[in-house]
Amino acid sequence: MADGIVTLTSSTFDETIGGASKPVLVDFWAEWCGPCKQIAPILEDIASTNSQNLTIAKLNVDDHGDIAGRFNVMSIPTLLVFQDGEVVKKLVGALPKGRLLEELSEFLPASQ
Amino acid sequence: MSQVRNTIIIGSGPAGLTAAIYTARASLSPLVIEGEPSSTSDQPGGQLMLTTEIENFPGFPEGIMGPELMQRFKEQAQRFGADFITEKVTKVDFSQRPFKVWVRDQEFQANSVIVATGAQSLMLDLPRESELIGHGVSTCATCDGFFFRGHEIAVVGGGDSAIEEAVFLTKFASKVHLIVRRDALRASRIMQQRAIDNEKINIVWNSRVTELHGDQSLSGVTLTDTVTGTTSQLAVTGLFIAIGHKPNTGIFTGVLEMEDSGYLLTREGSTYTNVPGIFACGDVQDHVYRQAITAAGSGCSAAIDCERWLETQH
Repeated sequence: MADGIVTLTSSTFDETIGGASKPVLVDFWAEWCGPCKQIAPILEDIASTNSQNLTIAKLNVDDHGDIAGRFNVMSIPTLLVFQDGEVVKKLVGALPKGRLLEELSEFLPASQ
Repeated sequence: MSQVRNTIIIGSGPAGLTAAIYTARASLSPLVIEGEPSSTSDQPGGQLMLTTEIENFPGFPEGIMGPELMQRFKEQAQRFGADFITEKVTKVDFSQRPFKVWVRDQEFQANSVIVATGAQSLMLDLPRESELIGHGVSTCATCDGFFFRGHEIAVVGGGDSAIEEAVFLTKFASKVHLIVRRDALRASRIMQQRAIDNEKINIVWNSRVTELHGDQSLSGVTLTDTVTGTTSQLAVTGLFIAIGHKPNTGIFTGVLEMEDSGYLLTREGSTYTNVPGIFACGDVQDHVYRQAITAAGSGCSAAIDCERWLETQH
């Protein structure tokens, strides 16, 4: 796992999301998902350049299916952005970098 | 931008990456514009990125996972110096040399271009289809099958990929309805047998999906009988679409000769298109075989055609 990406589990999920002072993007993924692998480097890139604005986290749905079920994740990759413990954005499916940055622009500095 | 490359390869499935391995080994320093992430087969690595185990690619007697096979293709091309950019070509100008290829406003130039943009899955084109993607409607069984553990679901299509998906989905679903337009399957004999032998698969003959139901997520579909025209309801929480492919040739309309269906035309027994210096390989010019190995073979042909053509231009 690259620097700056938080690995979530069923036992750390609530604490991390609830206690966050800035928005948290959670990437629901699994080893067997090709499109998930395509967006992984893009998220690593966002994590390394925007860590002061947005926390990037990953949750493996194979190991922590209960969390995926709680948020009705039925397709991966799904990206959920949490703010003050609430889902404020949901993105389903792999997106190219430009589109992803556009979708996340409200959580990133204006220069992006 | 000012650099003129020997060759640019558009696409990175088996055809594009084989062309990259061959042109890189021939010291042509290819640039591969590999496409961009998506959850359809129009993505770097192509259609195999959405498949599980490949059983018929020679050299892998135990089988190999589609994404892993494509990663190996790519590493082999990189080993010989192929450059990659993870973007999608938005425009081309093949009217004069050097040829120009754009990714949005970024321009690339090359003396030759190998087109290997492949094909992508057709959708049903039904109302609400796009909003239900990720909420029961899926184009990627390997991505989403996991979420339908114990559910009753459906696969639309009668070809090899539809049956591969249906069989894969029986690992999770309690029942998989395979919805087929005609009274026969298009799939190969071995795949047909697998569908028939699988107790969890129920084949629904002579039927089309004509409506999707469900508010937040899919709850069922309406089926219309293709012979009698009568309709019926099928309660499923998942619908996987595998009804065939269309070539990714939109950017070449009016530029390269193509069939009415959009497949690029190549000169008999070669990969030459109607524009000298532009070559086409893989599924973008093949609606007959459409296999990883035939795509790879035609990618090799395109690299050799391209290399020889470049030599004649000095």
